[in-house]
Amino acid sequence: MEKFTTLHSTAIPLEIENIDTDQIIPARFLKATDKQGFGDNAFRDWRFDKQGNINEAFALNNPKYHGSILVAGDNFGCGSSREHAAWALAGYGFKVIVSSFFADIFKGNALNNGLLPLQVSEGFLKDLFEVIKTNPETVLTVNLEAQTLTVDGSNLQTDFDIDPYKKTCMINGYDDIDYLLSKKEQIEAFELSR
Amino acid sequence: MGKTLFDKVWDAHVVDSIENGPQILYIDKHLIHEVTSPQAFNELEERNIPIFRPNQIVATADHNTPTQNQHLPVRDELSRNQLKQLAENCDKNNITLYGLGHKYNGIVHVMAPELGITQPGMTMVCGDSHTSTHGAFGTIAFGIGTSQVAQVFASQCLLLTKPKSLRVSVNGTLKPGVLPKDVILYIISKIGTNAGTGYFCEYAGDVFENMSMEGRMTVCNMSIEMGARGGMIAPDETTFAYVKGKEFAPQGEAFEKAVAYWKTLPTDADATFDKEYTFDAEDIEPMVTYGTNPGMGIKINAKIPDLSDASFEKSLEYMDFKKGELMLNKPINYVFIGSCTNSRIEDFRVAANYIKGKQKAPNVTAWLVPGSKQVESQIEEEGLKTVFEAAGFELRQPGCSACLAMNDDKIPEGEYCVSTSNRNFEGRQGQGARTILASPLVAAATAVEGKIVDVTKALSLEEELI
Repeated sequence: MEKFTTLHSTAIPLEIENIDTDQIIPARFLKATDKQGFGDNAFRDWRFDKQGNINEAFALNNPKYHGSILVAGDNFGCGSSREHAAWALAGYGFKVIVSSFFADIFKGNALNNGLLPLQVSEGFLKDLFEVIKTNPETVLTVNLEAQTLTVDGSNLQTDFDIDPYKKTCMINGYDDIDYLLSKKEQIEAFELSR
Repeated sequence: MGKTLFDKVWDAHVVDSIENGPQILYIDKHLIHEVTSPQAFNELEERNIPIFRPNQIVATADHNTPTQNQHLPVRDELSRNQLKQLAENCDKNNITLYGLGHKYNGIVHVMAPELGITQPGMTMVCGDSHTSTHGAFGTIAFGIGTSQVAQVFASQCLLLTKPKSLRVSVNGTLKPGVLPKDVILYIISKIGTNAGTGYFCEYAGDVFENMSMEGRMTVCNMSIEMGARGGMIAPDETTFAYVKGKEFAPQGEAFEKAVAYWKTLPTDADATFDKEYTFDAEDIEPMVTYGTNPGMGIKINAKIPDLSDASFEKSLEYMDFKKGELMLNKPINYVFIGSCTNSRIEDFRVAANYIKGKQKAPNVTAWLVPGSKQVESQIEEEGLKTVFEAAGFELRQPGCSACLAMNDDKIPEGEYCVSTSNRNFEGRQGQGARTILASPLVAAATAVEGKIVDVTKALSLEEELI
């Protein structure tokens, strides 16, 4: 897993609530047996119509907006457990998703792929949307060590929570398998004790 | 202080706790399928890690399988390749696979309970969010991502933070024509699609106590649609009777011993929950959804609400519905009875009972897709197949089918489908398809009438005629 410490980037605003993983990566693209290429089909049916024409109105197609931070509406990532959604977002180039609420399974999947789900208050999210829409070149700074999200050139700043264990994993690029394998003897002892 | 059902099962599976961090939870059964497992197998192979406990894994092919001509090679090359990889991975790693055509094949959340693989007090996972289904047995069961599939392959454990506890109680007696699907759609419409996020839910009260195992599975299945990782119902005599004698259930003395343990699992009277909701059974009517998430549900004879936020309006625009209008009498051209929510024998009995002696409306294409080979055989043995065929319905072969439309079972763009599945997300049943979630009874009535009808009125009319 790639290490994550700090990130400075502009952001793309996706002001829609309850974005489910079927929108992030539609089921018909789940036939692959590796993790490659999902980025090309991220938000496929919002980015393109059925004939493959670009939907100009969609934020990801708006030339004003760019960057590796996606700012999205409440309850992001609900629905299916497909980790392909995290692969698609990371493959598209996102490193951080900001929302006021994340669905559980998506959150875990994102963290397991070095993609930071960064939860902020509803009020802060609203301000963030305004700032980005007013000036799409606004740079955000995410500092994982300090657990802060700062809007450069303004006094907008917030702290965010992350599980300390997961924070260590992200900063160092560790994954859970390494940790679980180090506990094998204990797991075997547990099996015998039942 | 007393313990909840969830506490008891969770605590019995904790191997260790990391200070200020997650716990190591032991997993009894790991179910896998073709779509979310290949990358996990690859990961272990690349890192040269063996599968730790292959005999605690059971595989089936369901998500990406055709529902016609299953005896022939799968036509779509990518799907065929995915199924082949599952077979090769299982073969290489000594994992039991109930592949396409096997007498135990079926949707993972239908076949495991009916084989007795699912048992009370267990921890179970699968790379599928509807793993919550198995909670109907008093099992901690939840969906996981592919990285976690790899973790369980490697260690039979997961690193997890214990979720908070939530109890949803529904007391009283359900009205005629109100099915378990209506109960869960009603609950989600009341508390919303993220009320359960961060929680594990227990369903309690008369309504669930009096429900069949099939009904309990329908309810627990949709726990994830209110954000809860899982839902559970305390095991009782209904549970024990269902599990008894199943292929992989404990037999004889071992079964009796197991029952004695299972009886200790229900929530203690003095246990407390972090959040509680209580509803009256009498308030629940047959439900339909009108929007693009499962929380957007209303009573079948109610009007679409008049709200003014952007996400709500986007949703109605996709569905081509208007605020304040009725769902009744909307013409419908597609009906799907199937999915891990409603493809068990009881669901087909309900549908057949309504359909018997009637004809499918000519404008409707109706797909009936059993959840497993066993359900398929039961449909035939009980004579339901004859009822369906006489009424002009098409009975297909088992699989996830039009619930997620990974195979050829897609609803065309712009068409409405009254579906017994679990998700009405945009494009879920095919690009541009519009899904209306409902019970098998509402779905059957829609197929017969060619439009949405008040099924309670239709039922009382039938009673009068008798």
